[in-house]
Amino acid sequence: MDAFLHQVFAGLATGGIYASLALALVMIHNATRLVNFAQGEMAMFATYLCWTMIQSGWPYWGAFIATVVLSFVLGVAIERILIRPVERAPVLTTVVVFIGLLLVLNSVAGWIYTYTIKSFPSPFPSKAPFGLTMVSAHELGAIAVTLLVLLLVFLFFRFTPLGLAMRAAAQNPDSSRLVGIRVGWMLALGWGLAAAIGATAGMMVAPIVFLDPNMMTGVLLYAFAAALMGGIDSPGGAVVGGFIVGVLENLVGAYLIGTELKLTVALVLIVGVLVVRPAGLFGRVIVQRV
Amino acid sequence: MEAVTSVEVAPLAPAQASGGVRGWSRGWIAAAIVLVLVACVLPFVASNYRLFQFTMVLIYAIALLGLNIVTGYNGQVSLGHGAFYAIGAYATAILMDKFGVPYWLCIPAAGAICLLAGFLFGLPALRLEGVYLALATFALGVALPQLLKYKHLEDWTGGVQGIILTKPDPPIASLFGLQLNPDRWLFLFTLAVTVLMFLVGWNLLRGRVGRALIAIRDQPIAAATMGIDTAMYKSLAFGVSAMFTGVAGALGAIAIAFVAPDSFTIFLSISLVVGMVVGGLASITGAFWGAIFIQFVPNLADQISKAAPWALYGAAMIVFMYVMPTGIAGALRLAWLRIKRRRGRGSPAA
Repeated sequence: MDAFLHQVFAGLATGGIYASLALALVMIHNATRLVNFAQGEMAMFATYLCWTMIQSGWPYWGAFIATVVLSFVLGVAIERILIRPVERAPVLTTVVVFIGLLLVLNSVAGWIYTYTIKSFPSPFPSKAPFGLTMVSAHELGAIAVTLLVLLLVFLFFRFTPLGLAMRAAAQNPDSSRLVGIRVGWMLALGWGLAAAIGATAGMMVAPIVFLDPNMMTGVLLYAFAAALMGGIDSPGGAVVGGFIVGVLENLVGAYLIGTELKLTVALVLIVGVLVVRPAGLFGRVIVQRV
Repeated sequence: MEAVTSVEVAPLAPAQASGGVRGWSRGWIAAAIVLVLVACVLPFVASNYRLFQFTMVLIYAIALLGLNIVTGYNGQVSLGHGAFYAIGAYATAILMDKFGVPYWLCIPAAGAICLLAGFLFGLPALRLEGVYLALATFALGVALPQLLKYKHLEDWTGGVQGIILTKPDPPIASLFGLQLNPDRWLFLFTLAVTVLMFLVGWNLLRGRVGRALIAIRDQPIAAATMGIDTAMYKSLAFGVSAMFTGVAGALGAIAIAFVAPDSFTIFLSISLVVGMVVGGLASITGAFWGAIFIQFVPNLADQISKAAPWALYGAAMIVFMYVMPTGIAGALRLAWLRIKRRRGRGSPAA
């Protein structure tokens, strides 16, 4: 039983990370109807930036906040420079541009920081509080950070005028433009927020999977699975999906097929959800008018 | 003059770029035949290493034509075509290594296996549109190396170690008094398969089937109204595309004489996408330009840094999408039309 609970908690911790990245994917999808294949690499790159700051003597939380801010700026810049020209282009064009972005970020990280694996510090104490044994402090911390991010995002969208404007821009760009919302900038802000959320996911996962340019490939796949499971247009669904996928991954890995096929589990989840219930658990069913 | 202006409408976006199937005049066919004849001489003038590279160019060209059938012509975005390349390669390696099947028989066998695999993957893919299909195929490409390493398949796949093959010997020692060695023979063999595959592809794409595929890509609803069996054509496109890529994989396994899971990562699939974008979407000749790009450019860029080829790939993908969405083949076609128009203007009497 202890081992089982341990697996569940470890699953919840990684699930929190998948949830953050899935949330970032959902934000970009809601704003622009695009699926950002480079989300994982953006998070990876942000994590390297944080590592550089920590190496040069910054305190952890200082570097953390600086990275989140910097990622926000970079996210906005990427939207403005790269994505805006292909916003209305066919799917193939946008997918190719995203894959290009993925390759550029991946290889530039490899170029600057080399492909050797680096360890990344965890901000949380090494021993779990309250004498808990089946969960580590980092796992608890990662879950807490995810929930905090989710709460902030919820509050932002629910209670601020800017959040309302962003929702309006995503839902009905034409009408929003007519009432004076600068839709283009709202999309860019959405990208910035997504990049910042992704950066927190990267910094939370790096102590577990270690830092290397390819660290996010598997995480991204699970984040895709999580976002699809929750419904690609539902932020809350993405978080629930993240936790479900995280726990599922750990339990299936521990009791059914072993750890070597973890990515295949993600593949089966993705194809399964898409074929059986494309709208996910909480997503809206899209009806297209012909 | 009028005919020229009517085809000169600049493509708005790659998905709207018309296929380069029509307009294959006699001149082009003659040029293709001359090129093949020149290629036949190549083995006897180039070094073995260069020849190996040229063999790989032909192999990539077949794979790119396959990817182009499903993505360029039919508009189903596949980011996991490396998986079919791998299935073809592994099918060949297992047949040769475990069953002693002769190498030339492995090619059609691998093609048939991949046709089936692609058709089967194409069935659930029917329900996925646009970006979701890209997602599912991306997942396939990422998950594949793990599947190939799986311990219960190890007896067949050789696990992490992979399978080592031997290069086939030429059936005759010399041809018209010219010495043959395994590399030379392999090039000629690959050339023959390439010519065959491109003839098949050209025949498939220039007629009714090709038009149906393009119609489904551009106007799926209108295509269905016109009586095109959309589901059938889409899964068929996936199957045929997988067959082409699988044949390329089979040739690749024979040429490299080695298969291992780590040669079939997601980056192989991405290279194929890069080759398709650079060469030209929905273009048959584009497959060769793309193949030359993904074979030689990494070699050159590698000298700068280990990461440089991929940085270059990424930059090339983005730049081509913005500046030259129809790839090298499309740019050449436009240039050719422009020259023709200028000539037409120069001599109004003609």
